[in-house]
Amino acid sequence: MEEILDVENVSISFIQYTKGLNQQELQVITDLTLDISEGEILAVLGSSGSGKSLLAHAIFGILPENANLNGKIKYKGKELTQESKEELRGKEITLIPQSVNFLDPLMKISDQAIGHTESDEEKNEKKIKQREIFEKYNLGPEVDEMYPFQLSGGMARRVLVSTALLSNPKLVVADEPTPGLDEKTVEETLNHFKQMKENGVGVLLITHDIHAALEVADRIGIFYSGYVIEIAEKEDFTGDGENLLHPYTKSLYKALPANGFELTPGHQPLHGEIPNGCPYYNRCDMKFDRCENERPKLIDLGNKKIRCFKYEEGE
Amino acid sequence: MELKATNISFKYPSANKYLLKDINLELDNNKIIGLIGDSGSGKSTLCKILSGYISKYEGTVTFNGNTLPKKGFKPVQLIYQHPEKVMNPKWRMDNVLKESWDVDDEFLKEFGIQKSWLTRFPQELSGGELQRFSVVRSMNPNTQFLIADEMTTMLDAITQVQILDSVLKIVKQRKMGFLLVSHDMDLVNTICDDKIYLNDINGA
Repeated sequence: MEEILDVENVSISFIQYTKGLNQQELQVITDLTLDISEGEILAVLGSSGSGKSLLAHAIFGILPENANLNGKIKYKGKELTQESKEELRGKEITLIPQSVNFLDPLMKISDQAIGHTESDEEKNEKKIKQREIFEKYNLGPEVDEMYPFQLSGGMARRVLVSTALLSNPKLVVADEPTPGLDEKTVEETLNHFKQMKENGVGVLLITHDIHAALEVADRIGIFYSGYVIEIAEKEDFTGDGENLLHPYTKSLYKALPANGFELTPGHQPLHGEIPNGCPYYNRCDMKFDRCENERPKLIDLGNKKIRCFKYEEGE
Repeated sequence: MELKATNISFKYPSANKYLLKDINLELDNNKIIGLIGDSGSGKSTLCKILSGYISKYEGTVTFNGNTLPKKGFKPVQLIYQHPEKVMNPKWRMDNVLKESWDVDDEFLKEFGIQKSWLTRFPQELSGGELQRFSVVRSMNPNTQFLIADEMTTMLDAITQVQILDSVLKIVKQRKMGFLLVSHDMDLVNTICDDKIYLNDINGA
């Protein structure tokens, strides 16, 4: 399968004013590395407020102006620039935003799904396509004329999903698609991702919901204090979690009520208090001396990746 | 201790149909009960009635034989999903806590609250960190019954265990009552002594 998206060592920081004219640089993402192939669903799992949505914003080139982006984001092997992001977004790469709040409240659904058009001819063409896809997602003609506030939670989700698919994208980025939905709608939304996968679309699922991630993703990237600390395969999240590599991932798995509800003390270091060494140093029960001041790199184990000195060759 | 709901019925003023109808419920501090229901089934509304946040309903709610106080501190405290919605965004966290009670260091430590968080504003903390504050705030010494309505739904699994573990410890220590409302069956089965399905007791 061809690799579609390759994110290498991406870091994002913000310039903030503290008091008066004093500025401070706040590092939110320190090292994010991942890759997605055609027809693959990769979930990025991180707690809410950890900054993982910024990855989506970085891919689409919609970070705020005071943000500082480093590292490489490659699409089909080519590094993305702001210009190429603007060229590709909404066409080959599309976003499924978190909620209907991302829709224009004063614009009819069909008009905003179609978006900007140059001519009447183009508009009619797109309109037909839009109706086709909406129909496929069980959205009748009456939905075209509605405004966002008239949609139920499930309908809104279907509108966002079908709008994202309108341009036959190769890559879909879904930012927190499950919270606030009832179980039936969550199930339905996750099925949409499975369908995309079958059609060869690559899906980047950004979520805090481990159940959703385990249900649809092929691989899961664990995001911790601004780092991707492990990329594991879905099958690793079984049994006692013995195939999971990072101690944090193991703890996360064992903390699920169905897997023992085990207590692990400590908290993720906040933005701005991230230690020099391994971000998990304070909580780790198998740390080495070097972990305190040396940052482990993400080690490539083929499909899996792990950021921990324990798995370095020769140790 | 007894939190008792008798023939509770509720409908929104604009609705024709009752959301809750003739609900009878008796809760105490001997057993931890899990309340389960689909979204939109009226779980949260029932929680608000039981804790005194909704006053226009039919039926009666009594706590230890008395109706819930309309003024002053409420002995039945409710914690719900979104801590950011119950805090003044312009207050620093130490003031947010002080609004309820003077919390000692040991208590903060039990709930994993770092001293450095106290000078931050709510929007400078993550959901898990804020929810810890929300819980500590509701643990005023006068609180006798705690209702947790999807309290840990937005949190990662590790934070969920940490918060619930501390809550249950205090609940047992102070012999408080505790009602857990959740859609997560695994969670309910793990920590509750008994469970109630809202559909079974709702006549609507």
